[in-house]
Amino acid sequence: MIQPMRPTRLLLALVAAGCAAAPANTVPAQSPVPAATPAPTATATQTAAVTVTPKPGDGATSRPNADPFPSTYAPFASRTTVIRNVNIYTGAGPLIRNGAVLLQDGKIAAVGATVNAPANAVVIDGQGKYVTPGLIDTHSHLGVYPAPGTAAHQDGNEGTSPVTAYVWAEHSVWPQDPQFPRDLAGGTTTIQVLPGSANLIGGRSVTLKVVPSRSVQGMKFPGAPYGLKMACGENPKRVYANRGPATRMANVAGYRAAWIGAEQYRRRWDAWLAKPEGEPPARDLNNETLAEVLRGNILVHNHCYQADEMMQMIDIAKEFGYRIRSFHHGVEAYKIADVLAREGISASIWSDWGGFKMEALDGIKANVGLTHVAGARTIVHSDDASYSQRLNQEAAKSLTAARVAGLNISDEDAIRWITLNPAWALGIDRVTGSLEVGKNADLVLWSANPLSVYARTEKVWIDGAMLFDRADTSQRWRTDFELGYVPNDGGRR
Amino acid sequence: MRTNMFLRLAALATIALAPVANAQVIAITGGTVYPVNGPKIENGTVLIRDGKIVAVGANVAVPADARRIDARGKWVTPGFINSATSLGLSEAGGPQFSGGYDDTGARGTDGVAASFEAWKGLNPVNTFIIPSRQEGVTSVVVAPGGGMVGGKAALIDLVDATAAVEMLRRAPTAMIGDFGSPGGGSTNSRAEYWAKWRTLLADVKAYQGRRAAYEAGNSRTLAASRADLEALIPVVSGQMPLALSVDRASDILAALAFAKENTLRLWILGGAEAWMVAREIAAAKVPVFTGAMNNIPVDFNSLGQRQENAAMLRAAGVTVVLVGNGPGGEESFNVRNIRQEAGNAVAYGLSWDEALRSITLAPAEVMGVAGQIGALAAGLDANVVVWSGDPFEFSSVAEQVFVRGRTFDTKSRQQQLTERYLTLPPGYRRP
Repeated sequence: MIQPMRPTRLLLALVAAGCAAAPANTVPAQSPVPAATPAPTATATQTAAVTVTPKPGDGATSRPNADPFPSTYAPFASRTTVIRNVNIYTGAGPLIRNGAVLLQDGKIAAVGATVNAPANAVVIDGQGKYVTPGLIDTHSHLGVYPAPGTAAHQDGNEGTSPVTAYVWAEHSVWPQDPQFPRDLAGGTTTIQVLPGSANLIGGRSVTLKVVPSRSVQGMKFPGAPYGLKMACGENPKRVYANRGPATRMANVAGYRAAWIGAEQYRRRWDAWLAKPEGEPPARDLNNETLAEVLRGNILVHNHCYQADEMMQMIDIAKEFGYRIRSFHHGVEAYKIADVLAREGISASIWSDWGGFKMEALDGIKANVGLTHVAGARTIVHSDDASYSQRLNQEAAKSLTAARVAGLNISDEDAIRWITLNPAWALGIDRVTGSLEVGKNADLVLWSANPLSVYARTEKVWIDGAMLFDRADTSQRWRTDFELGYVPNDGGRR
Repeated sequence: MRTNMFLRLAALATIALAPVANAQVIAITGGTVYPVNGPKIENGTVLIRDGKIVAVGANVAVPADARRIDARGKWVTPGFINSATSLGLSEAGGPQFSGGYDDTGARGTDGVAASFEAWKGLNPVNTFIIPSRQEGVTSVVVAPGGGMVGGKAALIDLVDATAAVEMLRRAPTAMIGDFGSPGGGSTNSRAEYWAKWRTLLADVKAYQGRRAAYEAGNSRTLAASRADLEALIPVVSGQMPLALSVDRASDILAALAFAKENTLRLWILGGAEAWMVAREIAAAKVPVFTGAMNNIPVDFNSLGQRQENAAMLRAAGVTVVLVGNGPGGEESFNVRNIRQEAGNAVAYGLSWDEALRSITLAPAEVMGVAGQIGALAAGLDANVVVWSGDPFEFSSVAEQVFVRGRTFDTKSRQQQLTERYLTLPPGYRRP
């Protein structure tokens, strides 16, 4: 899978190598539906991105893969570390019992029954505990709906117009949200922060590493493609009942109208960028984001509960030539799981939420299991700051529900729902989501099998740097907000 | 006057449970039995007759006519109690949101709806009831929603029923009040909230003492409606607990002081920062209904929220009733997740035995029904669950669930949907 490339300073060298931020020796694990699932490639326009080099201050030009708010993330200091005597859920293959994993230079350097570790490596005795890849949440609103929940910080829904593709979630992210360190302490290392679901097209998402930073740029996952939040069903038509869309048919008309405009915009700009002569077309932030979806550079994340609506969204995507990367919430994904598998669309779904509105009425606990066995790439997501801290518990509930329904699913499959599969949905599965040589050393040491309710995270690494250590409270990440407000009680969280 | 009220309360408190359909003897044998009121019993037997537990132990003689349930390798516990739900009171997000129903709250007057009895609106065939029972929850408290005085809660058993009254175990259990933020919804500030409560209590007493004058129209205007004043009499007399949702440590202390000053029976609901004042709560012998899955400072009243709350309170000697405060839906769709809450409480410091107690015997004791449910002991009603393993573990399932000695095979809507889509339904297939 090739990531869409954005010419950040950090990535330029890697772009030349043909694979943004991905180590050359990494082969992503086979996922349930590899063949039917095209990557978000954009070869023609990537060429354009390279040939039309942005000039500083050239804000009037609409360019593919433009990156005006580039990631400034750099890995934290790490030490070569080997974790031995530990059970390893790799996210890719079968559980390695009593194995070892070596972290070096921020990457997974070796993983297996035994590894050769340099003499200077920090050795951690896993004592028969468990390791997983860092957990990945495809659906988060951390930072845009921070805690405490105050009116001043309700920055997740630009509910002023049904199509707001021009807004970017990252511009609402408050890095001092105390929910970030709690997420990390729950073993979640990467999240996609999305705009809310008030709008048909809510805006751009951003993929973040869950790390302390003064700016959102310092959290942005280098090389991760942007996402576009779309929403079906009840929410937009409820929010805009007075001005429209007030019905599902108007929802669909609204998506189509937006794509019609975007397609025209894309054509005009691609023509001008191919031959940059004369007055360029007018730049428009709304159409620019949508055009990037049409070019394949931005991945579509579509909030959609009902099976019938998902089927319609698939047709809309075909009409305009874009792909849906993941349906979010999809409480009825199980009804069309065969279609999702065929179309190569992942399902980002809850383990056991449902019933809270008409479109959520048919939520069942076997949704994850049924969707998985049909061959669709299945993801357990949160949409909740508390839930996001316990993705492992949610996966465990789904696993048992599937088995109760008679489905044959392995423990390893359940771990994949919260690691490699969400990495794919975010377009970062070449660099994270599994413990394979060359990938980022994003991983969690658990006190017990993470599918147990009693398991707690002990240590969490991002890019090889240990950013959470339950045993060392002196290094605990506390946001600026927490100082003087939230009691500092050592072992908490 | 007062005597009449006591009689009425007593009548409510001793509801005759729906009779068991058929006389039956059931013997659950060979399991590891956790009676909660005593140590676990290996290879134990729980004997049920006519809906009651008649014997529990390692050496119980099983009558020849008993239906035997082989529980070897299984765990046997009392049915779980989720003590903070609105189960059966709402569906599909309510009328405003999505067009379903929502019977969790009364309109009330100026934030006071003391006469509201939540269970009167209970829908016994609400689709979330069966999934709750299927995961080992045999009783729940159905409580009104917010408001300064939200109304009265009830304890119900999750039996199949056509009328809510068939499910009632104890009604009312408590008067529910929401301290809220900043001052309880109907007030603008904390100081106003407590002032309003003091006025309310004074007027309940005024009403109670001069009812004839009130009826004759010779009364000043009182702070609540006649029905609400009437409903608050047992609260003022200390008969009915006042269950207040309150989170900030200083507000909890204010609630304790208020309850002491007015000799009220106080329960604390939520209590995000209760651990900070655990000693004071213990000294006041006030139980706390709290969860173990929230560590987020969701507002300025709960900045100290932490998952160890339950364990720290218990260590200080506070009676803890575990209720849901996790990711969501634990009051209706996911009432069943009370066992996840208990498991997390253990992960965050509560002993396993205490966690089990906090969702069985502890709530039964707090609500005055420990002689009926909450443990496995002779004479109690047979709310019993046979688990495939540790009931808090995700991998375990409730294999047999007895409520009042009966099992129920009614399929949940969720089950029916699951079965329909295990393979593509024939009606949706095309050649």
